[in-house]
Amino acid sequence: MNLRTPLSQVKGLGAAKEGVSHWWMQRLTSIALVPLVLWLGFGLASLSGADYATFTEWVRSPMVAVLLILTIVVSFHHGQMGLQVIVEDYVPNEPVRAAAIILVKLAAVLFSVIGVYAVLKIALGAG
Amino acid sequence: MSSTDNRPTSPHVQVYRLPLTAVLSIAFRAAGAFLALGLLLLIWLLVAAASGPDYYQVVHSMAASWFGQLVLFGFTFALYYHLCNGVRHLYWDMGYGFEKESVAKSVWVVLAVSVGLTVVTWLVAYIV
Repeated sequence: MNLRTPLSQVKGLGAAKEGVSHWWMQRLTSIALVPLVLWLGFGLASLSGADYATFTEWVRSPMVAVLLILTIVVSFHHGQMGLQVIVEDYVPNEPVRAAAIILVKLAAVLFSVIGVYAVLKIALGAG
Repeated sequence: MSSTDNRPTSPHVQVYRLPLTAVLSIAFRAAGAFLALGLLLLIWLLVAAASGPDYYQVVHSMAASWFGQLVLFGFTFALYYHLCNGVRHLYWDMGYGFEKESVAKSVWVVLAVSVGLTVVTWLVAYIV
């Protein structure tokens, strides 16, 4: 016996009304992060010991600035989803769990905006 | 003693020696949580560079100290391990590699590639 309406079945979004979107976004962001992380890892390694002028000149390159912003935004999105799953799995107390998830999500937005702003300031600044 | 006492129990995690696949499965999650902190370090570096040469120099010398290098080395390995095991998960998501033998084999592939990437990255940092 199935008590769900035909409409709810065909939409396939389940009780949380978002279907597999959390799962899917984790996968989508992880695919995007494979090239981005390899680029950033080797990019920063080649800049080891770089002075201020060398580092900011690197950030000022349009391709680097765009890839840095992409990496920041996508990794914070990926990270907050992962931390949410960890909180959901290990924090049984409902209010604490809700507070932790809210904190993780707001902090992710805050720090990604700070990071994007820093890149833009270097890339577009007069320096 | 009731007759149900002889039933097999699931492994008791405190006395059961976890197989490598299980250890690295939880390490995948731990590395992910650890990398969230690493992301904050990246933002710190960018903010330092955006705020001018003086503060950039402060962060730079912290990163260049032996302790800074040790921390960065840890983050490098955690990053590449999480990346490689993530690719392994994507492969599983496509429905491949679920057999016991291939899971046991892919653990070693993941470890080898992440150690390799870490070594190459640090060679680039110190030699190139």
